[in-house]
Amino acid sequence: MNSALFVNIFRFLLLLAVQIVVFNNMNFLGYISPFPYILFIILYPVNSNKSGLLAASFFLGIIMDMFCNSGGIHTTACLVLAFYRPYLFRFSFGLSYEYQTVKLNDVLTPERFTFILLSVVIHHFVLFILEAFKISFFWDILIRTLFSTVFTIIICIIIIYLIKPNKR
Amino acid sequence: MQQIFNFIYKNSNRLLFLLLLGISLFLTIQSHSYHRSKVISSANFLSGGVYERINNVNEYLNLRTQNDALAQENAKLRSLLFDKKDTTSIPKLDSIRGLHPTDIIVSKVIHNSFNSHENYLTLNSGSLQGVKPDMGVINSLGIVGIIDNTSPGYSTVVSILNIKSQINAKLKKSNHFGSLGWNGKNTGFVQLTDVPRLASIRKGDTIVTGGQSVIFPENINIGTIAKIEVDDQTHYYTIQVKLFNDMTNLGHVYIIKSKDREEIINLENKRKKDE
Repeated sequence: MNSALFVNIFRFLLLLAVQIVVFNNMNFLGYISPFPYILFIILYPVNSNKSGLLAASFFLGIIMDMFCNSGGIHTTACLVLAFYRPYLFRFSFGLSYEYQTVKLNDVLTPERFTFILLSVVIHHFVLFILEAFKISFFWDILIRTLFSTVFTIIICIIIIYLIKPNKR
Repeated sequence: MQQIFNFIYKNSNRLLFLLLLGISLFLTIQSHSYHRSKVISSANFLSGGVYERINNVNEYLNLRTQNDALAQENAKLRSLLFDKKDTTSIPKLDSIRGLHPTDIIVSKVIHNSFNSHENYLTLNSGSLQGVKPDMGVINSLGIVGIIDNTSPGYSTVVSILNIKSQINAKLKKSNHFGSLGWNGKNTGFVQLTDVPRLASIRKGDTIVTGGQSVIFPENINIGTIAKIEVDDQTHYYTIQVKLFNDMTNLGHVYIIKSKDREEIINLENKRKKDE
């Protein structure tokens, strides 16, 4: 129990630091930047405390907003993702996900990929809607969501493979 | 009563979610609605300090370009001096306002963003150095933005690449003015709107800051005209202005402290009160 808590705190700080120092400065084609810090919410233990996750994502988002000068857009996007995470689990792993030992931190299967894809899309869509905050930027929102999603997923998968504990 | 507690206990996650969502939406809407009312900004001890550390490392990587820019600025200032008839002459002293109507604070950009619709910079000087909100920020090439929030050691700047920014600007050759904003698309171009059709403009004309602004002194460079369009509804010109500044690569900047600003604002407020 305690080790899981420490792993999560460590992940929280490390992902935030890497996001702020490295990934916030990546501007592919001028406006496409990845947000792999949401791996914290994606990789949070499945059956752990849900209010803990909500509170943690709130702080995760608010620190991001502080560093990006963006009001509350990261906070809102993270909260929405954290709240709908159980539904995404049910959608991608089937109804009985709670009784299986779902481990995301492992080889990429179609279920795991679906889950990561949906999480990233939801987060980025909310993020870019709130960032533009105007319906006249609709196509801009869609394009940014699309490109950033692809970019984030690639980096998320690379990170998962890099930190995957080597068992075999 | 029991049922209320049961309800709260059963839906505790949902209630927590709604509470936190309310807070975050409030922060979001507030940051979009008002010009300057940020509750959370990077002008604070934590993020300012982190950005300063990162910038200390990054600075070494572009020392050469910064040096070149400084040398060029020096050359330009030198050439102004050569034009003078007598280089030793002292500027005339204005006995009421002192020597200069504006003061300048040198500062450094420690964080720059240009990939969203609302971009902000973070500078490494704050209220201890005399920086206050609504001061103008320029560099050797042209305008950069307007101070938004300050903390003792740091301040944030609304970049001209921000869809909320509105700056009074005019044509250098005539005095036709318009307002300068950004449409959120290209980081090299800003838009000058509401220029009357009477103005004779050509591609390549220079756009400078206008005299109506109390934030910037008059005649600070902004950019050149790249494309001229006519708005269908208002029949005013909408001009695409190519910036002199590369907003994606900023180093040292100057914060302009206008001594007349408070006087002008007080005077205008007084007139509003009388009406």
